[in-house]
Amino acid sequence: MAQIQTNPTRMELTRLKRKLQTAKRGHKLLKDKRDELMRQFLILIRENKELRERVEKSIEGCNRNFVLARASMSREAINIALMAPKQEVYLEADTENIMSVEIPKFRFTTRTSDPSDIYPYGYAFTSSDLDSAVKSIADILPDMLRLAECEKACQLMAEEIEKTRRRVNALEHVMIPQTEESIRYISMKLNENERSSQVRLMKVKDMMLEEAHHYKEKNGLE
Amino acid sequence: MYKIAVMGDRDSIYGFAAVGLEPVIANNAEEGSRKLRELVNGDYAVIYITEALASELEREIVHYSERPLPAIILIPGVSGNTGKGLSSVKRSVERAIGSDIIFGEE
Repeated sequence: MAQIQTNPTRMELTRLKRKLQTAKRGHKLLKDKRDELMRQFLILIRENKELRERVEKSIEGCNRNFVLARASMSREAINIALMAPKQEVYLEADTENIMSVEIPKFRFTTRTSDPSDIYPYGYAFTSSDLDSAVKSIADILPDMLRLAECEKACQLMAEEIEKTRRRVNALEHVMIPQTEESIRYISMKLNENERSSQVRLMKVKDMMLEEAHHYKEKNGLE
Repeated sequence: MYKIAVMGDRDSIYGFAAVGLEPVIANNAEEGSRKLRELVNGDYAVIYITEALASELEREIVHYSERPLPAIILIPGVSGNTGKGLSSVKRSVERAIGSDIIFGEE
């Protein structure tokens, strides 16, 4: 483990101990956040997958209907028929906060709520294929909006999970071991200092006693 | 109040105009990226984009995907389903979890 340069002082030791405590607490919180985000994400992503499969299938159907409509009508006639859409979608977007990720929530209202009142043209000059095409698209609109909401939420959450996981790993594998190492280094250094001053004191005491009582000379005489 | 746009080649998207979404026709990458930028900076909450066009605008879409709004969603165009939409879902799974555990089971 790479040792970061630290001053072996008591003040530094206190600071590092406090830092370690904060890091451990942050690590625990972030880990909880990651786990919860992951759980929510898994629920959402399953829904996302189902929705997407359903929407893709229905859009394919719509496209088929439109191809049929185009085959039986001229391009101009279709353009004119769809020139002034009758239906309008009013979309309100709110955000919801899931574990600090802002995900969008859509609420939408359509201008005409009657499902048979969506055709922007008279029936006289258009083929019935166009009717079914327009209807099929109107039918999948709610699913498409839900898909948009869900998929965006998944993207944002994936990003947040990635970020959180990096932070958790950085704390767990770098920050906390490094701080622990430094704390160990400082406390050993301090103990060592203490021992050496203890020895010095004992030595000095010996010397002073020797000076006062001359033990060595007495011992030598006997 | 937000709007919804649909981007792509004309044949794929004109149907969506009938239900009140705003069709934005873009036939090539350059036109697409210009129009996409306009849409992102306008008040659109959802931009549906055909897979064919999206494959040419990959970089832009990734760039804009970090914003909370708008949501850029891939839809299959008239030329058929290329599976790109599902692979974008797959990509976010891989990003979040590290490996793909949702789509692997098929």
